[in-house]
Amino acid sequence: MDWQLAIWVIILPAISFALISLFGRKMKAMLAAQIAVTAISASFVFSLIIAFNYFFNSFPPGEPYESIIAVKWNWLNFNESLYIDIGILIDPISVMMLLVITLISSLVHIYSIAYMLNDEGFTRYFGFLSLFSFSMLGLVVAVNIFQMYIFWELVGLSSYLLIGHYYYKTSAVSAAKKAFIVTRFADLGFLIGILLLSYYTQSFDFEVITDINQQAYFENAGITFLGLSTLTWALILVFIGGAGKSAMFPLHIWLPDAMEGPTPVSALIHAATMVVAGIYLIARMFLVYYNIAPDALMIVAFIGAFTSLFAALIACTQDDIKRVLAYSTMSQLGYMMLALGISGEANGHLGYTASMFHLFTHAMFKALLFLGAGAVIHSVHSNLMKDMGGLRKYMPLTGFTFLVACLAISGIPPFAGFFSKDEILAAAYMSNPFYYYVELLVAGLTAFYMFRLYFKIFWNDGKIYNTKIHEAPSLMTIPLIILAVLSIITGFIPFGEYVTYNGEILETDFHLNIILSSVFVAMLGIFIAHRLYKNKRDMSLNTSFLYSIIENKFYVDKLYLFVTRAIIFKKVSAPLAWFDRHIVDGSMNGIARLTNRISEIIKVSQSGQLQQYLLVFISGAFVLLLIIIYITQ
Amino acid sequence: MIEGIDITHFIVLSASMFFLGVYGFLIRKNMITMLMSLELMLNSVNVNFIAFNIYLNPDFLQGHFFALFIIGVAAAEAALAIAIIIFLYRKFKTINIENSNLMKY
Repeated sequence: MDWQLAIWVIILPAISFALISLFGRKMKAMLAAQIAVTAISASFVFSLIIAFNYFFNSFPPGEPYESIIAVKWNWLNFNESLYIDIGILIDPISVMMLLVITLISSLVHIYSIAYMLNDEGFTRYFGFLSLFSFSMLGLVVAVNIFQMYIFWELVGLSSYLLIGHYYYKTSAVSAAKKAFIVTRFADLGFLIGILLLSYYTQSFDFEVITDINQQAYFENAGITFLGLSTLTWALILVFIGGAGKSAMFPLHIWLPDAMEGPTPVSALIHAATMVVAGIYLIARMFLVYYNIAPDALMIVAFIGAFTSLFAALIACTQDDIKRVLAYSTMSQLGYMMLALGISGEANGHLGYTASMFHLFTHAMFKALLFLGAGAVIHSVHSNLMKDMGGLRKYMPLTGFTFLVACLAISGIPPFAGFFSKDEILAAAYMSNPFYYYVELLVAGLTAFYMFRLYFKIFWNDGKIYNTKIHEAPSLMTIPLIILAVLSIITGFIPFGEYVTYNGEILETDFHLNIILSSVFVAMLGIFIAHRLYKNKRDMSLNTSFLYSIIENKFYVDKLYLFVTRAIIFKKVSAPLAWFDRHIVDGSMNGIARLTNRISEIIKVSQSGQLQQYLLVFISGAFVLLLIIIYITQ
Repeated sequence: MIEGIDITHFIVLSASMFFLGVYGFLIRKNMITMLMSLELMLNSVNVNFIAFNIYLNPDFLQGHFFALFIIGVAAAEAALAIAIIIFLYRKFKTINIENSNLMKY
């Protein structure tokens, strides 16, 4: 197998981006879409070939999967010890991510042709979509942490560009800015973490960093700062970067607002691919976390569990369907973080595999949910559930695929989410029962809010529509059907055989009590949602105190606004601005004004009267003459 | 060398011509008169050149030639000055120097 094929997987979307952005103004809109779709589909085919060869042909059965460096170029060479390479790393998780990204991206590209059809920025949209695919693919195959950081910023940029697609809407612009600033803020932590870590290991390469037996880790383990070793701090800082991208509490505030972007973008970037970059980062560095800084891993687990519960609670109260899905994404990302955090001896590293498995299945059904929501929004022209109801009669196919996705995310067998969630719950049960009970509760909440969404959109009859509601065009329903099929079958993939923390096969077995309890909780959630939301009824619950707290997202956004506006802006920035305007600028302006005054005074001498000039000239000549006479005497 | 006449006479003559010219140039507002004053100044210099040539260096003729050059240049300059004055007259309908004061601040 020639692994250099992987270059094309990454380069093709980049070529498409270059073509569309250079010649986009001259080409027909549909041509741009064709270029982008062709590029990403070809990438998908290549990824399939790579995945097939990697998992089935490259290693004899029973042998562990090893990581392969397909390409490595010396990119920036400062001196012998400081250099940055750029290249392609192929190992189980990067191959899995290549598949997920190219698959979801291809489907979203196809779906977008119909969804964005009459949009002014059609070409621009496809250009940025290609840019995003390129950056995300570059991120997952990074051979060193600095390459990852570069592509990390690139996905942040393309996310910013796509959230701000409707740039004439103020809310979209501020959402784009918010997403960019919050993730940038987290990336500062990431950068400091990278520099700290590389300072100790003397390398940026993942190969070197993840080699836990190296001398550097033993020598520097003793250096402490504020009670934790500096290596732990470095890894916590790296986690902050990951938490920003993956919308972990308290850096989650950008994700719900990011829903201002077009819905396919939300499906691709803010559900299936970019937001899992944080999870991927922790997974990529898992060996370091596990062996060098178990404390940092505990933080990862706690933040993950807290975010999953926190987001699930908020998701139960939102009315905007995309926001419900955004909070649901946060909650599921919390699951994945938790699973990584608790992966260890106690569960035989089941957590790691479960996390990656959930990442994989979640990408399928969450993309499906978003695309389904997009189809609904496309025909109803509203994001709010109060404008919907009874849609199953108008859009049967969308309704059916949406139901499949809801069942999958709720963890009902035999849908995909059941298998991965069950593994996470089993891993949690084996390592820390407290997390198990929390996640069981979240599983119930998940089922509840997903079916609340489903019943409110597709049942809840009696809504009268002013416009004609129709099923989505086939370019939109075909991706829905493909994803629905995938949401059913991907659960049966024996993930433990392919993706584990060390490449060896991990036996996963079913735990009947966990299955029974999780299915029971999910059914309970669905049942409550069914009773409450299947038919229209008054919600006396809406007025309660607790409900309003949750509906306002626990006031986290307000708190951020308070901290930034009332404290940082007023107490710090405003005095600084005053100083700048009055002292710094003031002195400069003062000099300018003084010069101006003096000029006003002396310009009178330039009267334009020839004879005046002459008088001055002759007087000057006389004075000079007198001086010369005086000197020579 | 002219018998009985001291060089001082010539210098006094030239100085008075020069300062008459300066005076005229500063005081008169008519541009033609100013031009005439200018010629007076140039001619005072010519007087000086020739007087010094004869009194100090009678065997050579540099002073004479200088004077001739100055007369030539003065003629060219007068032509130029009159052309300018005509243009100014066309613009301002007057040749009063005080009215042509656009070249200021």
